[in-house]
Amino acid sequence: MRKYIIYSIFLFSVVAVIISCQNQETIDLQNYMSNGKDIYKAKCQNCHGENGEGLGQLAPPLTDSVFLKTNKENLACIIKNGTNEKITIHGKDYQEKMPGFPELADIDVAQVMVYVTNSFGNHQGFVPYSKVSTQLQNCR
Amino acid sequence: MNKIISSIAIGMLSVTILSSCQQEKKLPFYGERYAETIKDAAGVEKIDTVYQTIPNWAFLNQDSVLTTNKATDGKVYVADFFFTSCSTICPTMHRNLMTVYNDFKTNPDVMFVSHTIDFKYDKPSVLKKYAQKLGVDNAKWQFLYGSKDSVYTLAEKNYLVAVGEDSTAKDGYIHQGYLVLIDKDRRIRGAYDGTKEDQVEQLKKDIPVLLAEYKK
Repeated sequence: MRKYIIYSIFLFSVVAVIISCQNQETIDLQNYMSNGKDIYKAKCQNCHGENGEGLGQLAPPLTDSVFLKTNKENLACIIKNGTNEKITIHGKDYQEKMPGFPELADIDVAQVMVYVTNSFGNHQGFVPYSKVSTQLQNCR
Repeated sequence: MNKIISSIAIGMLSVTILSSCQQEKKLPFYGERYAETIKDAAGVEKIDTVYQTIPNWAFLNQDSVLTTNKATDGKVYVADFFFTSCSTICPTMHRNLMTVYNDFKTNPDVMFVSHTIDFKYDKPSVLKKYAQKLGVDNAKWQFLYGSKDSVYTLAEKNYLVAVGEDSTAKDGYIHQGYLVLIDKDRRIRGAYDGTKEDQVEQLKKDIPVLLAEYKK
């Protein structure tokens, strides 16, 4: 009988740990989303629009989930350093220069990236700051 | 019975008075002004107010064609100052101005004029590309290139918009985001912050009011 109680307590605590872990990630995601939104408004919205709709052929929309997914590893670098490369979004070419935002700390880049990839119809989920930090060290 | 009739009459009268009040709406005049004594057709002396006007100008447009004030003479137009590599307020200004442009695209009495303040980089070919990518493909919206001196003087003295070079600014220039509304007699009749949606909405409402002034 005692064994059963100990087992069940053990099982219960394992389950509790898992649940609280998930909660922590949800909390982090919410955190990143709300901070990311503020950064987006200050740095990105001018060109990319309130709803990520872009601006003519000057600034691409941020609604192409396929592009965001295939360039997942590269997004942090684009946000921080800008880009000169021609990119294709929703089948349209964009080749205007995007300015870099070197003033953004790694955590800011992570938050705004998570915001963009989980707004405007995108659902890519959470990426922790540590991972973004590594990506930023390996920018081309 | 009489009471009913008289109350209806009073009601109608007040409605008429109220609605006639609303029709009086006129846009204000901006800038310097002075009084001038003129003689009217009958030779009677009268005092008239003279308002600040936009002087003659001549710039290259996005098609490298010399464009002068003749393009806007006799039209109501919206003027602004921007530059193509601006990543701060310009995209928002032009995103909002684009909605105004689309609303008045078919109105021959309305025009749009954007002056670049980047005299180093924004040559007509650059402006052309910018206009195309923004989605402007007709002469109703002119993108004008001129020397630093001519554009900056026009901005500050005549359109009352502050512009300047600033090496500490991210993109190298600073300027205000006003959309300035000019009437058919080259007078300044409104200035709207192009980065604020509510003010741009007001501009959309004010253009017809201004056009109506000329219909009398």
